This record gives sequence, C-alpha cells and structure tokens, in this order.
Amino acid sequence: MTYTLLAASSVLIAVLLDLVVLRTRLLAQGRFWFAYAILVFFQLLTNGWLTGRGIVQYDPEMILGVRIAYAPMEDLAFGFALIVLTMIAWTKLGVRSATNSRREDINVG
Amino acid sequence: MAMLAFVLLASGWLEWAFDLRVYRDPKRLLATVAIAAPPFILWDAFAISQGHWFFDRSQMLGIIGPLNIPLEEYLFFLIIPIAAVLTLEGVTRFLDIVRQRVSQ
Repeated sequence: MTYTLLAASSVLIAVLLDLVVLRTRLLAQGRFWFAYAILVFFQLLTNGWLTGRGIVQYDPEMILGVRIAYAPMEDLAFGFALIVLTMIAWTKLGVRSATNSRREDINVG
Repeated sequence: MAMLAFVLLASGWLEWAFDLRVYRDPKRLLATVAIAAPPFILWDAFAISQGHWFFDRSQMLGIIGPLNIPLEEYLFFLIIPIAAVLTLEGVTRFLDIVRQRVSQ
C-alpha cells in the first residue's frame, strides 16, 4: 500500500500546485485533457509492455492489486503527476521567457 | 530501451509536423526536465531501495547509475517529460489550426 499512498499523494500535490499554488490552471483547460488522453494511451501501451514482459515487477504488498493493461493502477497516478508537473514547469518557464523578451523589446524601443 | 526509442519517435514527429519549436528551445526544455524529474528520481530511488518495484536484469542494459537507478530509468525521466511537452504543444497547435479553419 505504500506505493498506493505515495501515488495518491503525488496526484494531490500536482493538482494543488496547478490549481492553487502556482495557478497554471492546466487542469481547467481542454487542451490538457486532450494531450493527457493521448499520453495515457501510450502509457498503457508502453507500460503494459514493460510490466507484461516482467521487465518491471512490483512487490504485491506495496500495491492495491488492481491492474490495468498488466500495470498496477498506481502507475497511472505516477504518470499523471509526472506529466502535470512537467507541463506546469514548461508553462511557467514559457511565461517567464515571454515576459523577459517583452521587457527587452521595451528597452530596445 | 526499445520502448524509450518508440516514445522518442512517436512524439518526435510532432516537432516537425506542427513546427512546434520545442526542440529549438533546448534551454526551456532542459529546465523543465530539471524541475520535473528530480522528485520522481528520488521517488524511484526510494522505491527501488525499499523493493516497491524491481527490474529483470536479463532484459536491461545492466548499467546502474547513481542511487542504484538503472540507466533506462534515467532516460525515462528525460524522455517522458519531453514527450509530454511535445504532446501538449502539438495539441495546442492542432486546436489553434482547427479553430482558425472553423472561424474562416
């Protein structure tokens, strides 16, 4: 269950960072869910292959035991948190560089 | 390794197909990875040390990096964020194109 708890916490932290702390609000946008639908399809494909072939194995004591395409459902939470945190960072860094270039434009002007 | 190459190819074409300029902004891309990957690498290290998950050595390269994490895992934490960014930017561009067509 330890992996279960860590996975649930990571989703909670990612959601809070996006909606409350950093307010990137990706989860409120349709384009995020469109992108996530594509990413989760490929995750099920690739992760299913990794777990189905036993390349990655899990201690049964650490997971709930619910498996989707061979992989424990906790992996979906892990992937979701990783994807959301990545997109938050990408978005924040983009806003900053856009602000900087605008500032440079003003200085030049 | 085959799976990682597949992810690179499956997401890489988006850069050219949609002219995304994600790979042309390597600083922003690497900074994104540098922010997003470390917590999950630490999680991976913890999970490996506690035996939450483990790997079939016969199906791996056998190169183990710092924190007892296999090379494939490090590449995973580089390639998956890149694929995520490419997908987000690809979808954003795709929706923009659709919206333009509809409004014309």
